[in-house]
Amino acid sequence: MAITLNLPTVLSKLADGNKTIEAEGATLGDVVKAVAERYPNLAPRLRDDAGQPYPFVTFYLNDDDIRFNGGFGAAVQDGDEVTIVPAIAGG
Amino acid sequence: MATSVIDAPSAQLPGLSNDEIHRYSRHLILPDVGMTGQRTLKQARVLLIGAGGLGSPTALYLAAAGIGTLGLVDFDVVDVTNLQRQIIHGTKDVGRPKIASAKDRIADVNPHVHVEAFETPFTSANALEIAKDFDIIVDGTDNFATRYLTNDTAVLLGKPNVYGSIFRFDGQSSVFATEDGPCYRCLFREPPPPGLVPSCAEGGVLGVLPGLIGTIQATETIKLILGVGDSLIGRLLLVDTLSMQFRTVNIRKDPTCPACGTHEIQELIDYEEFCGIPQAAAAEAGPAEIQDITPRALSDRLKRGDHIDLVDVREPFEWEIGHVAGARLVPLGTIPEAISTFDPSREIALYCKGGVRSRKAAAALIDAGFTRVLNVEGGILRWADDVDPTLPKY
Repeated sequence: MAITLNLPTVLSKLADGNKTIEAEGATLGDVVKAVAERYPNLAPRLRDDAGQPYPFVTFYLNDDDIRFNGGFGAAVQDGDEVTIVPAIAGG
Repeated sequence: MATSVIDAPSAQLPGLSNDEIHRYSRHLILPDVGMTGQRTLKQARVLLIGAGGLGSPTALYLAAAGIGTLGLVDFDVVDVTNLQRQIIHGTKDVGRPKIASAKDRIADVNPHVHVEAFETPFTSANALEIAKDFDIIVDGTDNFATRYLTNDTAVLLGKPNVYGSIFRFDGQSSVFATEDGPCYRCLFREPPPPGLVPSCAEGGVLGVLPGLIGTIQATETIKLILGVGDSLIGRLLLVDTLSMQFRTVNIRKDPTCPACGTHEIQELIDYEEFCGIPQAAAAEAGPAEIQDITPRALSDRLKRGDHIDLVDVREPFEWEIGHVAGARLVPLGTIPEAISTFDPSREIALYCKGGVRSRKAAAALIDAGFTRVLNVEGGILRWADDVDPTLPKY
């Protein structure tokens, strides 16, 4: 078992076309770091140079906004699902 | 049970004529609508910001549903490239103001709807005045600056903001700025830097996608007016058309949100500045050494036999749509590795679709020490207009 990340189409292109990625880690930050190392092109779209989340890309851990649950420091466990939502503006 | 955002006692709701009763019969027999619901829809005043991809289906369905007053804000004219998704406009409307075209179509769909048209950009200077007499604001805008403006306007006026946004194959929708619910800034505190997220004009959009998301916005608007069901307040709906999956995540009201949390934002601000647009425009202009040249002037020089290498910096799929004869394809992203193949003794003229990417490529060449770099103003689109009308425009 691992953590599952759900990517929107626009980001999946930077992850070899994968809409879902499995990764492991004790915190969300660990998981993001593991994914960033695996997909270097995706990395700068997930977190800033300091490894922190952007204000325009929101992470949901089991459908809840991680900013209210410890941010990238939030503990994760096997089976958790993370959904990444970048800001888009088309209309 | 939700309560309606329309605060009027039943006795004060407008009546329905026999024609209207006949027209709305499928609503009137719905237990959650009925006569009172339909009269509430007629009482409602809904403001649509944008009569484009999202605004088209929203306006059509809200009009058909019998919303009493629809406000429309848009300053654009109908372009033939809009028709792939902006279904309120037709081929006959190309070149007309979108507001005029939308108004005519709404009158045809439902002559009982009163349209208030605002043919102007929605700005910090006019937003509060335009929106103040409406009950609900629907965000059908197409850029971050206007989205934050729409949100802050809704928060300051205490009116729900029915949000929808699209990009390529993905869409989002929610309901913001209700009394206890989160707002757009609770979801995205700040916009991405300009250029990171392409617009639909740059990145493309599946034509039917705004149809899906705009229809969801119309549905949420009607639910707010009728006071039925569970609205998207506090939830963000994510639509992925490729996998055809719909997912909702929870949005919390952020107590530190400067708009709806701390209420630090007491008036509308400069949203272009907030989104970093002036700084980005200055950076985009690039080094002063870049010389601009019009397609016509460049074509004349090439015909004269001047030694100029013409470089197309678009993507291969754009090159396939059409390109200028004699050009060489070097997509912007590959310029760094291709630099050694350029001849610094010759002039290099760069073009793209509209002149933005070629300017970036020109800046890269200047940085690498090239001195005779020309940027083709207006790109291949202007080349098609002014030099070679047989080239397809896209």
